[in-house]
Amino acid sequence: MIEHLRHIPREFLWLFGSLVVLLGLASAIGAWLRSRPADEKKSASRANLVARINAWWVMVAILAVAFLAGGTMTLILFALASFFALREFITLTPSSPGDRLPLSLSFFLVLPIQYLLIGMQRYGLFVIFIPVYAFLLLPSIAALRSDIDDFLSRSAKQQWALMVTVYSLSHAPALLMLDIRGGHPGDDALLLFYLLLVVQMSDVMQYVFGKLFGKTKIAPLVSPSKTVEGFIGGGIAATLIGAAMWWITPFTPLESAAMSAVIVMMGFLGGLTLSAVKRSLGAKDWGVMIEGHGGVLDRTDSICFAAPMFFHIVRFFYT
Amino acid sequence: MGIVKLLVGAYARWIGSTPTPAQRIYFANHTSHIDTLAIWSALPRSLRRRTRPVAARDYWGSGFRRYIATRALGAVLIDRAKSDPTVDPLEPLRGALREGDSLIIFPEGTRGAGATPARFRSGLYRLAGEFPRVELIPVYLDNLHRTLPKGAALPVPMVCTVRFGAPLSLITGEDRDAFLERARDSVIALGTAAA
Repeated sequence: MIEHLRHIPREFLWLFGSLVVLLGLASAIGAWLRSRPADEKKSASRANLVARINAWWVMVAILAVAFLAGGTMTLILFALASFFALREFITLTPSSPGDRLPLSLSFFLVLPIQYLLIGMQRYGLFVIFIPVYAFLLLPSIAALRSDIDDFLSRSAKQQWALMVTVYSLSHAPALLMLDIRGGHPGDDALLLFYLLLVVQMSDVMQYVFGKLFGKTKIAPLVSPSKTVEGFIGGGIAATLIGAAMWWITPFTPLESAAMSAVIVMMGFLGGLTLSAVKRSLGAKDWGVMIEGHGGVLDRTDSICFAAPMFFHIVRFFYT
Repeated sequence: MGIVKLLVGAYARWIGSTPTPAQRIYFANHTSHIDTLAIWSALPRSLRRRTRPVAARDYWGSGFRRYIATRALGAVLIDRAKSDPTVDPLEPLRGALREGDSLIIFPEGTRGAGATPARFRSGLYRLAGEFPRVELIPVYLDNLHRTLPKGAALPVPMVCTVRFGAPLSLITGEDRDAFLERARDSVIALGTAAA
């Protein structure tokens, strides 16, 4: 444990230090806002802001513990996030008795194996396990039970659930598998941190810019809070922040800007697409687990889309 | 407890009542083995110790199950089968109520198959008449019948909420069937309330 701590790059402590300072500032502003008089609507939106900041504290604390405790802990953390996200997805998905066994297996077999494969550094099996084996075998179990009502729609929804909440999300900790060319131990953990930071900054900045300048809705039926102004302003801000973080990555500043732009774009598309999925399942939030944020999937939707893309670009160009 | 939270979440929603230490009978729809644990873990820690689930003696009354039910949960065992006709099966429940404990009961008497509860048994009516001071709180458990329904071996994790409704009391002169129907409706109404 102590030996392991010595390998933590100095950058890490700096990053977490600055995050804590930033959040402290945000909390102070939140407390100040709440102490000021306001009408009902304003005070509700301020309460929502404070709840969001508090949820951020919890997320940063959990991340800090996971990073300091090492790769295994990070994997367990993401496996849990997948578990909760899958649970939210399945709760909203109609299922019939024939689906019970495939669903149980998704939670208790497919999910652990997917993360175990990362831990065992089995890249080849990791990328095909769910798209091939789970995709073919789980619906077969349901078919063997000759439960055929709405069969295609049911199994398609369940495959979507696995692909998004387990397969895609697991590409974030899978960054820890990569051997960056000319890199040092701990570099891949910084890449994971970089991914999470850019995705979250993009979410926050789009929220802030949308609140300040948002007028033109991009897809009002899918996500009323996404505006052109919010996306462009927030996207550029997050890309700049990402570019400024080039020194913790193997990228040059320009490459880092491009990477961040990809992450921002994919994150945005993830939020939009999963919002459409969620609405077609008839819900507004995925769940109720995180106060102020809805469910786990409401917070990780952008990571789910950004992680696989980022993982493969890094793997192709930098290993 | 931790496992239950992991599987089903069991998020409490207090709609019309608040978690206070008043003596209560919580009555709920019954669809799964983990119903009792779900209600129990939705209650604040401080209330759990004085809140005792009622369980069927023919199922929970022996061996390891009995150990879990009575030691870990402080369950009150009820004799569904009325093996001794001279003893009123409600007697152990009365005993617990006299000691000031709250109870969790499932008035359907057995696990149902779907989202809508079956007809209620009369025990709730009799207890309501004998203990007018005890608050009767309807509880609705959603999604648990999808998590671990009757006859299923493996659970499917789902997000479940436990909804606690406004207290119900016996109206003077109300007959048994009318009261039981009203109690059942209050549970169903919670089921259609927004989560």
